Amino acid sequence: MTAALSIHDLQKTYDGGFQALKGISFEVQPGDFFALLGPNGAGKSTTIGIICSLVRKTAGNVSIFGVDIDSDFAAAKRLLGVVPQEFNFSQFEKVFDIVATQGGFYGMPRKLAEERTEQYLKQLGLWDKRNTQARMLSGGMKRRLMIARALIHEPKLLILDEPTAGVDIELRRSMWAFLEEINARGTTIILTTHYLEEAESLCRNIAIIDKGVIVENTSIKSLLKTLNRETFILDSSEFLSETPELAGFECRLLDSHSLEITVEKGQSLTEAFVELKAQGITVTSMRNRANRLEELFISMLSEEKEEGLGS
Amino acid sequence: MSGKLTWISFSTIFRREVRRFMRIWPQTLVPPVITMTLYFVIFGSLIGSRIGDMGGYPYMEFVVPGLIMMSVITNSYGNVVSSFYSAKFQRSVEELLVSPTPNWAVMAGYVLGGVARGLIVGLIVTLVAMFFTSLGVEYLGVTVAIVFLTSALFSLAGFINAIYANSFDAISIIPTFVLTPLTYLGGVFYSIDLLSPFWQGLSKLNPILYMVNSFRYGILGVSDIKVAWAFVGVLVFIALLASWGLYLMSHGKRLRH
Repeated sequence: MTAALSIHDLQKTYDGGFQALKGISFEVQPGDFFALLGPNGAGKSTTIGIICSLVRKTAGNVSIFGVDIDSDFAAAKRLLGVVPQEFNFSQFEKVFDIVATQGGFYGMPRKLAEERTEQYLKQLGLWDKRNTQARMLSGGMKRRLMIARALIHEPKLLILDEPTAGVDIELRRSMWAFLEEINARGTTIILTTHYLEEAESLCRNIAIIDKGVIVENTSIKSLLKTLNRETFILDSSEFLSETPELAGFECRLLDSHSLEITVEKGQSLTEAFVELKAQGITVTSMRNRANRLEELFISMLSEEKEEGLGS
Repeated sequence: MSGKLTWISFSTIFRREVRRFMRIWPQTLVPPVITMTLYFVIFGSLIGSRIGDMGGYPYMEFVVPGLIMMSVITNSYGNVVSSFYSAKFQRSVEELLVSPTPNWAVMAGYVLGGVARGLIVGLIVTLVAMFFTSLGVEYLGVTVAIVFLTSALFSLAGFINAIYANSFDAISIIPTFVLTPLTYLGGVFYSIDLLSPFWQGLSKLNPILYMVNSFRYGILGVSDIKVAWAFVGVLVFIALLASWGLYLMSHGKRLRH
């Protein structure tokens, strides 16, 4: 099967000599919901910029559904929709015009562009704002406007560069539902995000990029299996004056009613509960300190850092 | 991209450009008309009546074609340079760069938008001028062709200025320090016959002189230069600027990283 996105030995060195990408390769399969993660400055936005032609690559190959961007960029662009990290529309144009005009740039007849604009503005809850100048929208509305604009030509591959940055949790969840819906309808989605909870709940496969190289490329399930330790926060109804002694567990008192406990792979939380109960401490609730992918991500990057220091 | 799709894309850019300058008409259409009206009143009626004839015509009749051309030149240039630079500044130009629209269609859409504004302003200024003098057209084809080509040439120049510009200051440098002096010294207000041979020769290096005189030839039937050379010169400049603009676009100069 032809990959939705195929990147081979992609390199980018900027004019100042900074090497943003050091020969990355990965594939995204059709219909996938794929996460491209990495710390700030890792090379995510450079990769996306190259795919959508805003950044010129130094070397390597990129093809979208088998269409090489060097041999037929126009055809490749028709298959691709991009929601960039920063707002990139005219602040003085009306919402409806921004979306419908983008349809025109893809060669869509005006009537069809207007119909699709209405459809997507309604789906993204922006129809009431159709005659509003873009600068008057809230941050969340501007993000949704860019999603509607990216979908106007119904691309087979949609790339979203931190689409939920600065969006409140309620809106974020409604955007997740919308993205899951269009993914279920067959659109391949690539997502970069700093909210690892977002990647864990939406994406099936993942590539982690750091300092211009791919450090991991696998399914989210396989990646989470490699998680060696998890940290939980336990809330207690009893007043805790000091950190309880729990054999085999790393434990820390957070405040008078909560504890942080680290569970290594192979350990059972039940043992911790039994020991706590024996000390007269009842656990009333429990939650992860960070989401699992976040723990893994942090540990992977710290390992990289240590290796770097060691060498 | 097929011809039909490219046409839709090009016409979308053109329509958006027209919509933009029509939306802000108090900034784009009214000021040049007020400025030109003041020129007509001061240079044409008040001072002009004391100057007498110029090039065999009353000064008012002589100066009107030049002033119309001046408004066409400055508005064509100004429209494209400010619109395209604003698109760069707000990054909305990326809407076009990520689309399959070919570079030439992007450039042509902006240039034709500049031509539309230049011609609309020129038409309004012409209508205003008719309150001050009677205007005939001696050679309609020459008049229409030279005004269209001149507008296209300066729209292209504005497009290139916008590509190079990296600040709002940079889009006012060329109009202030190059365009305005060349226009004022381009035979708008006087016939170069009044100048000494040295200054006449120097004036003939000014491309705007040829455009103004060709337009005046179309209206009055009189010119300081050979009109055919003006057309050749304008077409050569258009070809050079269009090639330069396309080269910059294809290399992503100040548009892509």
